[in-house]
Amino acid sequence: MKLLAALSAFLTGAILIYGTLFMPPFGDPKAPAHTHVAPRYIARALEETEVPNIVTAILADYRGYDTLGETTVIFTAGVSVILLLRRNKK
Amino acid sequence: MDKGYDDIIVKTISRLMIPFIQLYALYVILHGHYSPGGGFQGGVILGASIILFALAFGRETALEVFKEKVLLVLCGIGVIIYAGAGYLCLLSGGNYLDYGKAPFFHPPYIRSFMIMVVEIGVGITVMAVMASIFFALSRRE
Amino acid sequence: MELLIAKYNYWISVAIMMIGFYAMIGKRNLIKKLIGMNIFQTSIFLFYISIGARKGGSVPILGAPSTYINPLPHVLILTAIVVSVSTTAVALSILIKIHRTHGTIEEDEIPRD
Repeated sequence: MKLLAALSAFLTGAILIYGTLFMPPFGDPKAPAHTHVAPRYIARALEETEVPNIVTAILADYRGYDTLGETTVIFTAGVSVILLLRRNKK
Repeated sequence: MDKGYDDIIVKTISRLMIPFIQLYALYVILHGHYSPGGGFQGGVILGASIILFALAFGRETALEVFKEKVLLVLCGIGVIIYAGAGYLCLLSGGNYLDYGKAPFFHPPYIRSFMIMVVEIGVGITVMAVMASIFFALSRRE
Repeated sequence: MELLIAKYNYWISVAIMMIGFYAMIGKRNLIKKLIGMNIFQTSIFLFYISIGARKGGSVPILGAPSTYINPLPHVLILTAIVVSVSTTAVALSILIKIHRTHGTIEEDEIPRD
């Protein structure tokens, strides 16, 4: 049983490593991740929001709707844990 | 877990360090504009200070200081602050969460102010949820 | 040889991912499966953040240097870390209920009905 699990993990790892042979190298400035939206955020963050920390400006202003959903997720997790671990009073 | 840790060094050091930990957490939340940090990180540090108090002095003593009903209400208040900030922008003539149209200051500075309000809301919710999960999971029986 | 050295960050990520995957399907204790899920999620965070690195770039806070690394993966992974913590908390509370009902947390001693 454990041999079968180890074999399937090894096979999945080999397929994933074959898949990463087509990705851009580590730290390449011409990779597609650096050329679409990120230069616009870096160039215009200070004049539009007066916040030097670009990560906080994107998290709370440009993508503020995602952070609202995130806060709802953590609120729901807290409520579910309290509801699951309740003891009925006799 | 009922009477806390049995050593006097742990109790004394916790009593000295917990106000400084909470002050550092408030610094991390409010200084998120200029250094790494923000709402989630500062909220987790605040929750960790409550967990340190419960570990050092006992679960019942911690529940008398940080009551469970108050923590539950604080969970909801953080989400209401965030959604209310978006709604305020809707009432002043823009889209939902469009910080440029809120009524207090002029456009680049009002966005910085609203980012601070929103991060405070996120920090309150994360602190209350971390403390509530710890008190619910550590019930003895 | 250049091709092998240039992509080592993806391979480290895949190695940690396979350790977590083996722990999720090969162990019989339910808490060990949960720890495997956590290791799996950590490897995904490493993979995603390493995509945003850039040669010669600095921390994404506007100051003196001229080129910055990509800030967008950091933002998305902050959300993902919080989702991971929430999933672990709810899974642990379900495990406590299973232990209260059946008295054990080994996978093959829980009746399947």
